[in-house]
Amino acid sequence: MQTIIKVENLSKKFRIGKLRSDEGTLRDLVGNFIKLPFRKRHEKSEAETLWALKDINFEVYQGDTLGIVGGNGAGKSTLLKILSRIIKPTTGRARLGGRVGSLLEVGTGFHPDLTGRENVFLNGAVLGMQRREIEKKFDEIVAFAEIEKFIDTPVKFYSTGMYMRLAFAVAAHLEPDILIVDEVLAVGDAAFQNKCLGKMGEAVGSGRTVLFVSHSSMMVEKLCRSALYLKDGKLENYGAAKPILAQYETDHGLNPAAETISRNSPDIKDGEVRFVEWSISNSAPQQPHTIVSRERAEFEFQLVCRRQNANLRFNFAVQDSDGRPLIVASSVSADKAAAKVGEGAYRLRWTCHLPLQAGFYRLVAEAASTDDDTLVDTWRCEPELEILPSPDDFIGEQLQGLINVPVKFDLARDVS
Amino acid sequence: MLTKYSTGELTNPTESIQAHLQQSGDGEDDLLTGKDSIVIESSNFISSIDLISIWKYRELLYFLALRDIKIRYKQTLLGIAWVLLQPIVTTAIFTTIFLRLGTSQDLTVPYPLFAFSGFTLWTFINSAITNCSGSLINHSNLITKVYFPRLIIPFSAALATLLDLVFGLMSLMFAMLIYGVVPNWRMLLLPLLIVPTLLLALGIGIFTAALNVKYRDVKYILPFLIQIFFFISPVFYSLSMLPEESVALWQFNPLTGILENFRALLFGLPFDFYSFGVSVTVSVLIFLTAIYTFHRLEDDFADVI
Repeated sequence: MQTIIKVENLSKKFRIGKLRSDEGTLRDLVGNFIKLPFRKRHEKSEAETLWALKDINFEVYQGDTLGIVGGNGAGKSTLLKILSRIIKPTTGRARLGGRVGSLLEVGTGFHPDLTGRENVFLNGAVLGMQRREIEKKFDEIVAFAEIEKFIDTPVKFYSTGMYMRLAFAVAAHLEPDILIVDEVLAVGDAAFQNKCLGKMGEAVGSGRTVLFVSHSSMMVEKLCRSALYLKDGKLENYGAAKPILAQYETDHGLNPAAETISRNSPDIKDGEVRFVEWSISNSAPQQPHTIVSRERAEFEFQLVCRRQNANLRFNFAVQDSDGRPLIVASSVSADKAAAKVGEGAYRLRWTCHLPLQAGFYRLVAEAASTDDDTLVDTWRCEPELEILPSPDDFIGEQLQGLINVPVKFDLARDVS
Repeated sequence: MLTKYSTGELTNPTESIQAHLQQSGDGEDDLLTGKDSIVIESSNFISSIDLISIWKYRELLYFLALRDIKIRYKQTLLGIAWVLLQPIVTTAIFTTIFLRLGTSQDLTVPYPLFAFSGFTLWTFINSAITNCSGSLINHSNLITKVYFPRLIIPFSAALATLLDLVFGLMSLMFAMLIYGVVPNWRMLLLPLLIVPTLLLALGIGIFTAALNVKYRDVKYILPFLIQIFFFISPVFYSLSMLPEESVALWQFNPLTGILENFRALLFGLPFDFYSFGVSVTVSVLIFLTAIYTFHRLEDDFADVI
């Protein structure tokens, strides 16, 4: 396998805040020039600068998919912008062995007054495509965006969904050797995201090298084989995706009890309570972790308890990809006491309707002891929960809310 | 779960990279030295201007210019007529003033036609400089989101203005016919004059565009400077109206040679090679200085814009 990206001692220094107060305008420039002989030059102190990236070294081999994760201000975007040649590093260098296509946003260069067709050509050229290449793929792009009828309408009349679809369609048909993608996928609804992920999966399948930046470890996990973890501008870790994502999530409190706990029942030690498996018992047997939106789901959790006479309460949460809890349920309430358990295996059922849009969700299960009020187990459930679109969902427009509730429409002629 | 994480179906990329490094030795990176390879380093000022990549992105130049043209007159009632209105109105005003003052010099053509020819070219220079100097700021969303040679932006702005000049020249031909001045074959040489004009406008435009990114003062100073430029150039007057001793001084202004020879070609007067030579030299120098300045500043555009 050949190295396609090689980054050596890459650093980027920024000045903190805005320009120094006395060199912001031309007047000050002239003023400083006159004063120049009377003052020391370069009196900038290190305190005014910030190393957004410091001594980054890594290599990516051809055909790999690398996810770059890190908290806010960790230097992800800076790294991406340097590799996209938008900004220059302060020191060090990076070498890229091929055509680079970088998507730091979708629809760069789109102008509201131009038609869909005009914008496709403009945007394609901005992304570095040749006109012939765009012409060849034009029909494909329009079909992917599903806006055949509106291709000659100015994009300012498009809905947000149509606009996003067209913008992404152009980007998706870019065929560089190295594809650099920022969190553009974080926009749009779940169905659109899935489409985008599918397209990126194709790029990976055809041997392209993909660099993908996200703060959502869920997306990185789905898409990337390796991961690079940036922390305060330094490279914290680099390697196979899963362990690095686990480390990132632990560091950022996304996953309080790190997935370093074994969930194989023979490994469970005395005194421990562990969730072992989960499924939806009323869904199709070949897809036990999938349910149709708004349908009643019977969650079933296998639980192993190696503790005598424990009083336990169970909490469940359905989270979106950012870790925001959307549905939280608890087994204990004013009139429901904690469950008494002893040593053995248990089967725990939890039934509810899931009025959520189609997409992937994270399920978190918690067991807490009410005796001493401690958390005995937290499980970020594997695999994750997938919600399928309901057959009576509205289709076409991509304007979808987070919550999917049954709606009845009725149109009647007003006779009065 | 633990075992699945550490040894599962995924190959460990760090291992394969290390393995690769060991086996490849010095013949290391075929891809990294291949024809499409790119080296990203900190800015150094010795680096040459990447003309090849500008050529590679020539289609973007075309599309950006096209975009400029298309959106400039969208949702305007008069559309392209705005391009003609400005020189026509200015010509009318200056004609009135000049007739009142009674300065009737021998210009070989009627004053309105004389002035109109000047304003046609001036309108182009004025809008080319203005569009160029604001172009980087106006395209800041492109600069911070995609890579392409930044020079493309001011170039496309000037290119878009060139279309206005074509319409201006067409209306000028029309005006000449009205005044009974028959267009002659020497007009075919006009493009020869347009080149230094374009270089001059591009030079000033690119220089101010680059400065404008960091110092927004340019936006306020520039209209003022353009106005001075207008008065010290023979747009609405002829060199022959000036005292003889100031002519030599005037000729340092590259626009003097351009305007005078522009009229010479239009109205069949003798072509002055000396003043044309001065114009070309000064325009090229301004253009090269601007490109150099732009090149030195462009690495910081995305950081400071």
